[in-house]
Amino acid sequence: MDLSYTVLILIIPLFVFLLLGLFFRRIKAPLSGYIGVAGLTVTSLISFFVAFEYFFKIGMVDGAYQKIVAFKFVWLHFTSTMSISIGVMLDPLSAVMLIVVPLVSWMVHIYSLGYMKGDRGFTRFYAFLSLFTFSMLGLVLASNLFEIYIFWELVGVSSYSLIGFYYEKPSAVLAAKKAFIVTRFADLGFLIGLLILSYYAKTFDFVNLTSLTFIHNLSGIGTTFIGLSVITWALILIFVGGAGKSAMFPLHIWLPDAMEGPTPVSALIHAATMVVAGVFLVARLFPLYYFIEGGIALDVVTVVGTFTILFAAIIAITQHDIKRVLAFSTISQIGYMMLALGISKYEGPEGLGYMAAMFHLFTHAMFKALLFLGAGSIIHSVHSNYMQDMGGLRKYMPITHITFLIAALAISGIPPFAGFFSKDAILAAAFEHHKVVWFTGWFVAGLTAFYMFRLYFRIFWWNDPKYEHTPHESPKSMTIPLMVLAFMAAFSGFIPFSHFVSPDYVPFSEHMEWGLAGASVGIGLVGIILAWILYKKENDLSTRFALAFGLFYKWAYHKFYIDELYMFVTKEIIFKHISAPFAWFDRHVVDGTMNGIGNSTVWISEKIKGLQSGRVQDYAMYFVSGATVISMILWFLIK
Amino acid sequence: MIEGVSIYEILTLTTTVFFIGVYGFVTRKNLMAMLISIELILNSAAINFVVVNKYLFPAKMDGDIFSIFIIAIAAGETALALAIIINLYRLIMSVKTKDLETMKH
Amino acid sequence: MDILSLFVTVPILTVIVLMFAKGKKQYRVVALVGFIIQTLMSFNLIYQYLHVRALGDKSIMVFTKDLLWFAPMNIHYAIGVDGISVLMIVLTSVIVLAGIFISWDVDDLPKEFFISLIVLATGVFGFFISVDLFTLFLFYELAVIPMYLLIGIWGSGPREYASMKLTLMLMGASAVLLIGILGLYFHSAPNGGPHTFNIFEIAKLNLPVGVQRLFFPFIFVGFGTISALFPFHTWSPDGHSSAPTAVSMLHAGVLMKMGGYGIFRIAMYLMPQGTHFWTNFFLVLAITGVVYGAFAAIKQTDLKYINAYSSVSHLGLVLVGLLMINQIAWKGAMLQTLSHGFTTALLFALIGVVYGRTHTRIISKMSGLLVFIPVIGILFVLAGLANLGLPGFSGFVSEMNIFVGAFQHADTFHRIITILAASSIVITAVYILRVVGKIMMGPTMKEYANLPGITWYEKTGTYILMIFIVLIGTLPFWFGNILSDSIRPFIERL
Repeated sequence: MDLSYTVLILIIPLFVFLLLGLFFRRIKAPLSGYIGVAGLTVTSLISFFVAFEYFFKIGMVDGAYQKIVAFKFVWLHFTSTMSISIGVMLDPLSAVMLIVVPLVSWMVHIYSLGYMKGDRGFTRFYAFLSLFTFSMLGLVLASNLFEIYIFWELVGVSSYSLIGFYYEKPSAVLAAKKAFIVTRFADLGFLIGLLILSYYAKTFDFVNLTSLTFIHNLSGIGTTFIGLSVITWALILIFVGGAGKSAMFPLHIWLPDAMEGPTPVSALIHAATMVVAGVFLVARLFPLYYFIEGGIALDVVTVVGTFTILFAAIIAITQHDIKRVLAFSTISQIGYMMLALGISKYEGPEGLGYMAAMFHLFTHAMFKALLFLGAGSIIHSVHSNYMQDMGGLRKYMPITHITFLIAALAISGIPPFAGFFSKDAILAAAFEHHKVVWFTGWFVAGLTAFYMFRLYFRIFWWNDPKYEHTPHESPKSMTIPLMVLAFMAAFSGFIPFSHFVSPDYVPFSEHMEWGLAGASVGIGLVGIILAWILYKKENDLSTRFALAFGLFYKWAYHKFYIDELYMFVTKEIIFKHISAPFAWFDRHVVDGTMNGIGNSTVWISEKIKGLQSGRVQDYAMYFVSGATVISMILWFLIK
Repeated sequence: MIEGVSIYEILTLTTTVFFIGVYGFVTRKNLMAMLISIELILNSAAINFVVVNKYLFPAKMDGDIFSIFIIAIAAGETALALAIIINLYRLIMSVKTKDLETMKH
Repeated sequence: MDILSLFVTVPILTVIVLMFAKGKKQYRVVALVGFIIQTLMSFNLIYQYLHVRALGDKSIMVFTKDLLWFAPMNIHYAIGVDGISVLMIVLTSVIVLAGIFISWDVDDLPKEFFISLIVLATGVFGFFISVDLFTLFLFYELAVIPMYLLIGIWGSGPREYASMKLTLMLMGASAVLLIGILGLYFHSAPNGGPHTFNIFEIAKLNLPVGVQRLFFPFIFVGFGTISALFPFHTWSPDGHSSAPTAVSMLHAGVLMKMGGYGIFRIAMYLMPQGTHFWTNFFLVLAITGVVYGAFAAIKQTDLKYINAYSSVSHLGLVLVGLLMINQIAWKGAMLQTLSHGFTTALLFALIGVVYGRTHTRIISKMSGLLVFIPVIGILFVLAGLANLGLPGFSGFVSEMNIFVGAFQHADTFHRIITILAASSIVITAVYILRVVGKIMMGPTMKEYANLPGITWYEKTGTYILMIFIVLIGTLPFWFGNILSDSIRPFIERL
């Protein structure tokens, strides 16, 4: 069966981008939005069709899902085995992403018709959205590690241009720059890791890279470096790239600032799709991570993931900007996915963690996109990002209220909403493999419920502040995507994910651990109740609560001063103590030497030009003394 | 051949005159003095021509002819130089070399 | 007249016609027509070249021609091209064409300006087609000298200083280069008979190891100086910042390319053992240039200085790629040469366009220009992104080739060099985004509210370059194939 039509999934958004990008001044406001939405509708329908075909018709052979390279085109040739090809590879991972990415992107496209209405950069916005969708789909469909890197950079730049969308705002420009540079720094790790890996593997193709026999051959070779084999280092470096994109500690600093972008962008890029690219990457290379040197690289993933969930959740509790709360919540939730990958095993039901990570990726995309779009709807009507300016909104914005509540319940892990199932699978896998990880995950589940419901109660209950304009419900184009995503957030938990995704591509059945589930629902409810007590009505309990934590609260409020640390390193150390001396050195030492050579010529000629005095007497003097000296020499020589 | 006078004595004399001329040429600040020094140099050379011719090739006249040339050229040169010097003196009221350095600028 | 000699005769004819032209309009039309012909010829050359190759011509050089020019020293006018020189010729003609568009409005002595520009281009074309060392050197000098006039007369700022410095440093390098060339010449006849300057004649006899080791650094440094090898790069920031726009474009886009090309074609090809002996030493210099240029660019405040240091860094990558001595890295180095040529020329063109409107190049004095001059702004952002090596633009392809090639060496020394080289892409991102963020984005400034939009000639000039950047970035396999075929005979010697 010819699957090369799948390449249309990439070509349509690219075409829309080129169309809107090249003619951004000709195509006026609503038209460009319709073009974007139409393009994405077609893309989504093809993607859903392909995913469906894959899972139910062509993917399964002999009880296991296969990797199908549907399209391949050698783009850049290195050696006979190494080349960068632009291809489309279908496997359970990419098929899942073929549902997540186009669906969220589609919703965001529709939502933006309302949200961005009247914005000067409307066409530009849709052009960038299409570029992003193209790059993200390219990333998830990549058949080749280098192809991922290419699209990885492209999503980076579309993220840059969308964060800096309001480019007249200095904070947006700074945030965009920060996001790009931090992720590019991480990408350097990815690039080096990829090059090391490919040097030993002699290939970039996933079909080879993740086959077990190949990995077996690979694990013997390579030198060691500080006790670990060089391939493990390569994998750790690749994870650094993933951690940068997925905003894992300590490379998370760009994501909260990235909230400077328009809210639909935050929903699409910085919540649902691009930021999970790191998870996708680790999952993509999972057999390598798992089998090389007993999975040391995977332990790094676990540790980083576990630390990040706790760290980000604590900060999320203290923030006042609703988008920043959601940003830290995103960091924390991606940490869950990372740790689930980290503790996963490979075969059969042992691969629960892997399955759970992808499951959580799926459900998280739905409810987090919903939360962001809901937040966007609120910001749209209140014109503020700060929760101090909000309160009692449930009366004014019923649809936003209900959908937001569904999303909040989903992220807090309350059954029967989607988050319950995926988070429960993660905690079950963690419980089996590592108790400390499980305990952290369980505790953070409580924190999650608390900060989410703090947000919820503070926005929709509390007391009405003095609104200048009465808030109103958003237009249809914005509420319909909310409802679609709310539907997904409510019910997608019932998808039997383990039948579709597993590390060895063989479906397995998952059993509910009711005890563990009860424990996590319990702590979730505790968090919700605490939030209810503190934030249902206007009171000063929460301030006193914060005061009780004193210094710790202050630290958390300032995000543990990580940004300041980075600023110190870049501004003080790199700029002042590396760049400036380099520039100085160049101007004064290197160039000084060159000028010195030039000047010394001038100096010497200045000195010897006195000889050419123009006085005949001097010349006669030189002539006579020269003649004398020469005759003396001749005299002695002849003698 | 002059009785009682060897060639060495005459050559010593001409060399002395020559170097006196050179010394004068290099050290004098006055153009007239320099001109006189040049005359000394030329004369020492003329004597050398005559003497060497006399002592080595008495049958020939080449050296004598050369010395006559030298005297003639020296006379011409002196006339020219004097003319220049007089003109200079009219112009800047000086025949000191250091006053003439403005010419090089 | 054969297809290659046309490349040096057409510019000369253009110059002659220019001499008789009257009025600014005629000058620029003549120059433009001359270079449109030149550009079309270069496209035709690619077509002919591929055609000849497709017919199965496997020789290293095609379209060769050999005329005895000066018999006593056995100097020939010997020409020929391979895939590399063909692409370099295309690069040159496209950049000169764009440069003529960009300097469409030059008011000061336009005739002399265009004549100098075209003479310079003639030298470059001659350089890329010659296979005789002496002729090559002659054309090289022909390209360097007009630079002095172009900067000294039409430049800005401390132009006398800059042009003097540039010319003296390049002349000094030429002297070193000449020593190297003569060294090769006098060892070209080990068994008696006439000496030869022909590259391929010299390549046939294996020069003694001692000779190779002695003369390799001369030629390397001689050519390295013009491609801004650390520490001989300091002419470049001053020269670029004082030069008029078109000259900066030509200089960074074309002249500096002669260095890498010469190192590849002469130093490395003729002296393989010398290359191996000196590789590590020059690799250290080259990587210093890469990192150091990038760091120095962060601190600059003048747009042209930033771009000049960026060139030092990117051309350092060319040298790193060349010194890695394998096919992938060499292909990368050649692609980087092309890519950097187009990208830097575009950036210089845009800097000139922006400067022509704001009358300042200091980045802190500009802000939010994207609002008032959107087309220029977007082109500037795109050129910046191309410079920092974004996929889809040429820089990515070439850098990846260099890195993949460099990673084929497994020893620690090469690994460290490669990782340092790769880290330059992050530093590049820092300075490019700093520039873009400061001048194009940010709050708008009132005094720039009425800047005129982009004119048709600026548009044409920049679009031509942009098209090529995107072409290399999206069709690397096509360029890669032309290059790999031509690199093969060279790599086999090492």
